[in-house]
Amino acid sequence: MQWETVIGLEIHAQLATKTKIFSGASTAYGAEPNTQACAVDLGLPGVLPVLNQEVVRMAVKFGMAIEAEVADYSVFARKNYFYPDLPKGYQISQMDHPIVGIGHMDIDVDGQTKRVGVTRAHLEEDAGKSLHEDFHGLTGVDLNRAGTPLLEIVSEPDMRSAKEAVAYMRKIHELVQYLDICDGNMQEGSFRCDANVSIRPVGQEEYGTRTELKNINSFKFVEKAINIEVERQIDIIEAGGRITQETRLYDADKNETRSMRSKEEANDYRYFPDPDLLPVYISDELRAQVKADLPELAHIKRQRFIEQYKLDLETATQLTSSRQLADYFEALITESGCNAKICSNWVTVELSGALNKQNLDISQSPVTHERLAVLLKRISDNTISGKIAKQVFEIMWTSADSADAIIEAQGLKQITDSGAIEAIIDKIIADNQGQVEQYLSGKDKVFGFFVGQTMKASQGKANPGEVNKILKEKLKR
Amino acid sequence: MHTKTIAQLAKGLQAGDYSSVELTQSYLERIKQHQNLNSFISITEEQALTTAKQADQALAQGNAPLLTGVSIAHKDIFCTQGVKTSCGSKMLDNFIAPYNATVVEKFNAAGVVTLGKLNMDEFAMGSSNETSFYGSVLNPWATDTVPGGSSGGSAAAVAAHLAPGATGTDTGGSIRQPAALCGITGLKPTYGRVSRYGMIAYASSLDQGGPMTQTAEDAALMLQIMAGFDPKDSTSVEREVPDYSSDLNNSLAGLKIGLPKEFFDAALNSEMAATIEAAINEYKKMGAEIIEVSMPNLKLAIPAYYVIAPAECSANLSRMDGVHFGHRCTNPADLNDLYIRSRGEGFGTEVKRRILVGTYALSEGYYDAYYIKAQKIRRLISDDFNKALTEVDVIMGPVTPTPAFGLGEKISDPIEMYLADIYTIAINLAGLPAMSIPAGFIDNKPVGLQIIGNYFAEAKLLNVAHQYQQVTDWHQQTPKGFE
Repeated sequence: MQWETVIGLEIHAQLATKTKIFSGASTAYGAEPNTQACAVDLGLPGVLPVLNQEVVRMAVKFGMAIEAEVADYSVFARKNYFYPDLPKGYQISQMDHPIVGIGHMDIDVDGQTKRVGVTRAHLEEDAGKSLHEDFHGLTGVDLNRAGTPLLEIVSEPDMRSAKEAVAYMRKIHELVQYLDICDGNMQEGSFRCDANVSIRPVGQEEYGTRTELKNINSFKFVEKAINIEVERQIDIIEAGGRITQETRLYDADKNETRSMRSKEEANDYRYFPDPDLLPVYISDELRAQVKADLPELAHIKRQRFIEQYKLDLETATQLTSSRQLADYFEALITESGCNAKICSNWVTVELSGALNKQNLDISQSPVTHERLAVLLKRISDNTISGKIAKQVFEIMWTSADSADAIIEAQGLKQITDSGAIEAIIDKIIADNQGQVEQYLSGKDKVFGFFVGQTMKASQGKANPGEVNKILKEKLKR
Repeated sequence: MHTKTIAQLAKGLQAGDYSSVELTQSYLERIKQHQNLNSFISITEEQALTTAKQADQALAQGNAPLLTGVSIAHKDIFCTQGVKTSCGSKMLDNFIAPYNATVVEKFNAAGVVTLGKLNMDEFAMGSSNETSFYGSVLNPWATDTVPGGSSGGSAAAVAAHLAPGATGTDTGGSIRQPAALCGITGLKPTYGRVSRYGMIAYASSLDQGGPMTQTAEDAALMLQIMAGFDPKDSTSVEREVPDYSSDLNNSLAGLKIGLPKEFFDAALNSEMAATIEAAINEYKKMGAEIIEVSMPNLKLAIPAYYVIAPAECSANLSRMDGVHFGHRCTNPADLNDLYIRSRGEGFGTEVKRRILVGTYALSEGYYDAYYIKAQKIRRLISDDFNKALTEVDVIMGPVTPTPAFGLGEKISDPIEMYLADIYTIAINLAGLPAMSIPAGFIDNKPVGLQIIGNYFAEAKLLNVAHQYQQVTDWHQQTPKGFE
């Protein structure tokens, strides 16, 4: 039988606020355990939550970016369950009145554009962390993360393959970073997702029983986890079995999913409006403010790059994959005065390559757009060749020196003096009479040999245009 | 010294008639002398004397705030830094609060001395103070009767002159009912008037802290310190705090008093009805106009309250899980065992009952039928009051159906106990301010008159109460043995 996969994703994006959603404690990652948890985060008797208004602004921004309904009125609710890293015994979340309603996100898969529905996005606080290692049979609790603001983005079951799911996740990942509302750091858990997966015979309208795959923190694992889960479900059904509705955990080491709890064991969370918090009203003023602050979104920027800079789709997509990268590229053009072609080449090839090699983000690049601009200027004013520029770039990567200083210190300035080039060429012609004869007898390829020899003799510094011109003259047939 | 009101004590201290240390010492002695009342859970003698010394220095320098050096005590529901804050429960018997409630902070800043922490029903759940882990509090007027609850320790301490004033909290009548049963003045402010930060939550949408004093004048002085917006409490209201003492002497001529006919139906016993009627007559003499009003939904208040309050408390008390603070069972076998035994051992029967009721009411399949319906009733009750308050200035009625009942009389019958709050609960559901003032005696037991006002009309309530206290002396009576 032919099976169709049905996938819906719940993405948790940690909002990039300085302080927590309901307290003034810092959200910085990586501090000593329990040093960034105040009385409110600890859930001490008598403490009360106070909403960080910044999270509201961020959620509204997201809502507007996915063209969703942003509710006039939204309500925080308590989700009740016991766990040691949940100090209050309930999580403050949203249930009946989420801040962001129905919206959508367009994805591109295999050259096709597809619209994925976003059911809702709501605000909630993160729990702490239970640490089971290092405590000899006991469990440690770190509440630094408790109270960190999260935006949970819930999609419709609109995706039909792991590939589509990954494409959707990437688009959301790109968007939240574009909006500057999430740092997107998946290793630190700032962006993670749960996947609801089911299968059904092709043509059937009714959904199959779904399983929920928990806490997947990389694009690669999302794809793998879904694929392995789909295989598992097909195997069960084809063997005459039935799928149990349950929560499953993806084990990346073994590449398998395993059951965490079934529906019967699931908690009744007993949601009800949190009486400690007032409903959130979104004013027209805030809407207008957020709208005015909304940055140019990736798909619009990409289209503009194609038209304005005459870039191909692939390059434009790569350059707009992050707002910082796109900003870098545009700043480079302005600063260097070079054309878009050369700038896009440098950003997508040399710069991106160097960044990838060290697993760095564009914001961490040791070569700023100002420094790179100087280098590109030296190419366009013929101080150095493109080839030498790559050499200079490598040095710039590890030193703080400017391109000019490096060119000067290493004596990399291009030789444009035709007299000097002529002298080199004359010597090469004299030393390689055999090749001269070959060339004169019609072997055009040998011309390249002379260019190579000249460049080598000049240590790459001879201006290639000049070399070509002089060689052509000297070797006139 | 100990029979003086806060207003009198403040004057004496400012005039240098006695020092804060002397005053504090005399109260500390009385507290020890009358420990049989069991009104205190903790006595903070050392801290009290240190603060009193500082108060005396401030007084000597002049320009000290009005209540500097006056001593009061806090209901043990308010977190006090470095001092056990038990909330009347075994669960928090080992809990030393690491911070001060906003209310406590404000009294400290005003130079007021704290004598100790007062007994209360466990987690403020009870109407007799009998659910306290620390045992019952005795009513100074008749030690075989209850002082009421949940602020029973506060009421008994003020009635017995162990403190000139105390803080209390009121979720369904917990200030007004014990004030009535102990013959003192109690004020539950408008919801949102006093910060709840650091006040251990029972039912967050109903809880409100307020003063418990001998007189309305004193209540005004204490409320002046307690009231105000607190950025740490989202439900506190950003609204100017008026001078609560300035309207006390306003004339009541032309005051419109509403009497809900539902308050005076057959269920109210005749002696009680007669006492309230006599009080109303005093107001008539002062020129007030009496208007009958109706609150058709009042009878739904108790059932609605006993869905909403338990629902909220079932979540509020989840943090008492034996993990981060409070009682933890010994040698838990696993996580579930830790939860079950810690909570099983730490909570008393009434608290468990309400957690269970609330958990049930919020469960899947029951939520709409209970919680949502109760919220609808709550709105109807508010509407009843709001409508009446467009026609009248204040609403009056009894605080309790009977004077203080016997210790042990109702503790085994929760429904009977819940009915003790029949006249007070609706006011919390509506979020309105209300007072209880002494209005007479039945069989030597005090009876309270309830005065209910419009939102943020505390000054009006205090004015109405104060004027009554100018023409009566019920509030000046002292129980035998505590003169």
